[in-house]
Amino acid sequence: MPMDTISFSKQIRKNVLQMVYHAKASHIGSCFSIADIVAVLYGATLNLYVNDPAWPNRDRFILSKGHAAAAIYAALALKGFFPLEELQIYGNDGSRLMAHISHKVPGVEFSTGSLGHGLPFSTGKALAAKKQGLTWRVFTLMSDGEMDEGSNWEAFMFSAHHSLDNLVAIIDYNKIQSLTTVAKTLGIEPLAEKLRAFGWSVREVNGHDHDQLHSALNTTPWEEGKPSVLIAHTTKGKGVSFMENEVKWHYHSPNREQLSLATLEIDNA
Amino acid sequence: MRNAFVDELINLATLNDKIALIVGDLGFSVIEPFAERFPDRFINAGVAEQNMIGLAAGMASEGYHVFVYSIANFPTFRCAEQIRNDVDYHKLPVTVVTVGGGLSYGNMGYSHHAVQDYGLMRLLPNILIASPGDPMEVRACLRYLTMNPQPSYLRLGRAGEPCLHKDVPEIAPGKWLLVHSGDGSKRSLLTTGATLAQAQQWLTVASYVGYALHSMPLWGMSAKSLQAPQIASWESIVTIEDHLVDGGFGSWIRESLESSPHLMRRISVRALDSKVCGMVGGQETLFQECIILPFDEQRPK
Repeated sequence: MPMDTISFSKQIRKNVLQMVYHAKASHIGSCFSIADIVAVLYGATLNLYVNDPAWPNRDRFILSKGHAAAAIYAALALKGFFPLEELQIYGNDGSRLMAHISHKVPGVEFSTGSLGHGLPFSTGKALAAKKQGLTWRVFTLMSDGEMDEGSNWEAFMFSAHHSLDNLVAIIDYNKIQSLTTVAKTLGIEPLAEKLRAFGWSVREVNGHDHDQLHSALNTTPWEEGKPSVLIAHTTKGKGVSFMENEVKWHYHSPNREQLSLATLEIDNA
Repeated sequence: MRNAFVDELINLATLNDKIALIVGDLGFSVIEPFAERFPDRFINAGVAEQNMIGLAAGMASEGYHVFVYSIANFPTFRCAEQIRNDVDYHKLPVTVVTVGGGLSYGNMGYSHHAVQDYGLMRLLPNILIASPGDPMEVRACLRYLTMNPQPSYLRLGRAGEPCLHKDVPEIAPGKWLLVHSGDGSKRSLLTTGATLAQAQQWLTVASYVGYALHSMPLWGMSAKSLQAPQIASWESIVTIEDHLVDGGFGSWIRESLESSPHLMRRISVRALDSKVCGMVGGQETLFQECIILPFDEQRPK
């Protein structure tokens, strides 16, 4: 439900803010970029049981941009996969909540952190489901900078060739990667046309508009026999004005004053 | 070896419907019987090794034991990070199979010389290395791996290697397999992989007459602790391998003695000099020319 997921996305952002502040961690911009996508996925799309994270018929979710782990940990804790208080030790010595997503955390399928691994792995899961006649789906959340990795294009080609319409890729297209913009690094446009040429069914949405996300993510496959890729146009650092569209918030953690300002902005959004 | 591989894999896949075979667009005249028998469990991933390993890991995470077959360095170095992160770290039952281990593809050149693969695989804590010495050991390795599905690497030679065992032997990780008893003087050659055939020829050379011969078809990081007690039973052990001396089997044996340094002097390593990198020649020629021997030792033919 849109209102529920909007409130959920605020809670994700607020928890991420606290986690990154206390751990003095990086990647807050990446987490805010995907907060709405994650809220709709966990709030309205993925078929999961909190009390049985390994339920065989669950939908599988893979975070390929593993550096945005804090957003997933927050979503999972808010859903009840593990105690909310555990978020306070994110990034601490000995914590299972490592700063790149870990399969040792309840509800997490696969560890990533090196880009270009999530889609090939998801492809294997989707193929396994098809071969066994199982109806669950695989959702993979990728970054735009990650499109530079050749392994993804191998997987795009393979998935279409094998008609894996139970596979959904979401590209968090916030237009900024590690050092500068995507356009200045390695241009990926025309992205939609490239993906269509690779045999995927392609849609584009505002990645912060919950209605658009809801209607796209809950209606896959959009074309029978084709995997679906949602290009979600997003803003890096979305939700905190001074973090938006700034490369430095790929690395920085907020100080106490910035924490207060950011919390206020999220609350009042 | 490769024919024994596909024949045994078919036997095992008949009994286990979760065994799948993915190839990297290679295996002409080898893998067809599997593909014909089990079309639903055979996938040609194309010439795309990174996706191939990720794909295999994904399938393995859903209950399959996936064998990934390609040649030389393609399913190992090209996709090393996928093996490290996706397979090894997640402890998934994927067996990476390479044909043309060592210098098997001699005249094909450096791109096809798999002489650093042990070094790569033995750095991965959960990988079990299976390097059988003859077709019987190939079958033994496959039986072990399917009974104990885990991240693993199976290094095959090519085709036509002699059978040095009469039957399929019983094997276990890190355990030496006796191939020839020797004269009781507590000296042994110890080898892994297809160099077992060469090692047997070495027994006829003056320097090694009377030696026993052991093979170790299963090994890896977790089996290291089993070596010192076995080494302690022998006065002299000469390891032989078709791999660079750096990071290879002999260096693994030496490292296993970190806590038993008094045994170190009993080990001599025969492995390839790095001058082999880039040399052109048949397998036998390159092996003879590049194996590192003591200065006073006759080159075994």
